[in-house]
Amino acid sequence: MMNFFIERFLGGKQGAVAIALLALLILVIFPLALDLFRLNLVGKYLTFAFAAVGLVLLWGYGGILSLGQGVFFGLGGYAMAMFLKLEASDPQSTAIQTTPGIPDFMDWNRLYELPWFWVPFESFAFTLLAILVLPALFAYIIGVAMFKRRVGGVYFAIITQVIAVILTVLIVGQQGFTGGINGITDLRTLNGWDIRTDSAKYILYFINALLLLAVIMISRFVLTSKLGRLLLAMKDKEDRVRFSGYDVSNFKIFIFCLSAVISAIGGAMFTLQVGFMSPSLLGVVPSIEMVIFAAVGGRMSLIGVVYGTLLINFGKTGFSETFPELWLFFMGGLFIAVVMFFPNGLAGIYNKYVSKLAFLQRYLPAIKLPKSKADTQSNASSSASTSDNAAEGAKS
Amino acid sequence: MSTNTDFLLAIEDLTVSFDGFKAVDSLTMYIDKNELRVIIGPNGAGKTTLLDLICGKTKASSGSIQFKNQEITKLVEHQITRVGIGRKFQTPSIYENLTVYQNLEVSYSEGRSVFGSLFFKSTPKLEAMIEEVASDIQLTEFLETQAGVLSHGQKQWLEIGMLLMQEPELLMLDEPVAGMSAKERDETAELLNRLCKNRSVIVIEHDMEFVKKIARKVTVLHQGKILAEGAMEKVQADEKVIEVYLGH
Repeated sequence: MMNFFIERFLGGKQGAVAIALLALLILVIFPLALDLFRLNLVGKYLTFAFAAVGLVLLWGYGGILSLGQGVFFGLGGYAMAMFLKLEASDPQSTAIQTTPGIPDFMDWNRLYELPWFWVPFESFAFTLLAILVLPALFAYIIGVAMFKRRVGGVYFAIITQVIAVILTVLIVGQQGFTGGINGITDLRTLNGWDIRTDSAKYILYFINALLLLAVIMISRFVLTSKLGRLLLAMKDKEDRVRFSGYDVSNFKIFIFCLSAVISAIGGAMFTLQVGFMSPSLLGVVPSIEMVIFAAVGGRMSLIGVVYGTLLINFGKTGFSETFPELWLFFMGGLFIAVVMFFPNGLAGIYNKYVSKLAFLQRYLPAIKLPKSKADTQSNASSSASTSDNAAEGAKS
Repeated sequence: MSTNTDFLLAIEDLTVSFDGFKAVDSLTMYIDKNELRVIIGPNGAGKTTLLDLICGKTKASSGSIQFKNQEITKLVEHQITRVGIGRKFQTPSIYENLTVYQNLEVSYSEGRSVFGSLFFKSTPKLEAMIEEVASDIQLTEFLETQAGVLSHGQKQWLEIGMLLMQEPELLMLDEPVAGMSAKERDETAELLNRLCKNRSVIVIEHDMEFVKKIARKVTVLHQGKILAEGAMEKVQADEKVIEVYLGH
């Protein structure tokens, strides 16, 4: 039983080590080393890592490039935001509105009644269900329409991108129903629990980190099953799989739905931690950024993409503070460089170079030990994030 | 036309036209149980198209294909595979990124639905079967090897092995010895002769030396029609056949 768990959910011994190191980094090192503001920022980055993990399943293994994962991130995020907004819009706190009890932006847009599709989001249970079911349903509809007709490759990528555009336009245009370009803001409590307090931010960070680890383990289970091998087989020789008696489209639909749900969980956690949801998080640019996170981390590595996401986002924050205009060019250049020279991203670099140095590790402790403890500790805290990023993108 | 027969595969009046060009033209052909049939013919005779029609890759314009008295022209590819027809492609079509073992495992006929494959567990029966097939195709020592690094001939065999994992009643092979060495050809001939003991096999082949080693009954296609059919010697002596094909 234990063996089964290690093999299928952690990916063998090597995978177990990699996931343990990731857990150590995000559950122990970050919370200890970073102040709450920075930790909250990392929590935000980690919500994007959900989308990147989904892309490992869909793009890395399934060979299906979606440029619209932001759509599902947004669906999850908006579902959560709608619930929180309704809770924040109780009649007392909205007493000055023409129609008290409805979200403020509706009132500004002269809506006098809660739209019908908002009503179910008064229930927390429904909201949680919607975060999982809505993106799956939406992905299922797109998947059936595309994959049953054997639309794939570039066409699929373009269509998913178009869907991201359409959804953005729709949300921006229907301001009264959606909050428009500003999104849904001013979110306060979750079932009465104030999510803006320091303790809430800590708790949400840990929930988010644990959910991410759980999602990675579930994804690992999928990839180590026969279905995982079939995905690789389909990517290589789709016709052969079809003529081996498999309905290829069903497998593509499944993995698309799963990646959508994973992405949506990230979106919901984003809303909770950052406190708003807006169309700028589900359009073309964030969708492509998610693909870049996956590419840089290594699209065949569930754990590598988490490091990729963190690295790019640290870079984005740091770099764009200094050279705001150059960041997009830098990221574009990085993406091209990774695709050209390191198609398997950080994880690929790790597997190719660093793991070959493994034999050195036998000698390393002997060299390192004489160093004073204080010295290594200060090193550890400053270099923890960077060296771990580069080194532990293990286990594809 | 559609009457019950004892044939495994009954092709009747089958036609497919691509923009008016009839690649297969009112073709009628029957395959018996446990028969090994070789189809020969010059380039463009419609051999590969015929296999495409049977396995569902191409849809027929008219006519019928019955497998065990079940009409299969309306079925889609994976359904045709599931009734018991396996198809090997002309160029070896294997999964380069998987090991030989995984190639064979993925081709096994259980766990074919999404959730079936997600919760699929290997059984002793499956492992025994993989062992058996691997020894049949002489790849026992390569089970843990990445299929991509196999030699061309081994890839051809692996694909035949993958078809065997599907336990088909009808096996269709499109030029199985293309690109093989003389020794590999002999071994493939032996393998095919063993294979047809408990299933029917259709082979498309150009190499006449190879055909002579395996053929009992030969069908000669020419311009989408059957030019001649019968024992190898009889076909070789047929003047029409010599004229269009064997002569040069």
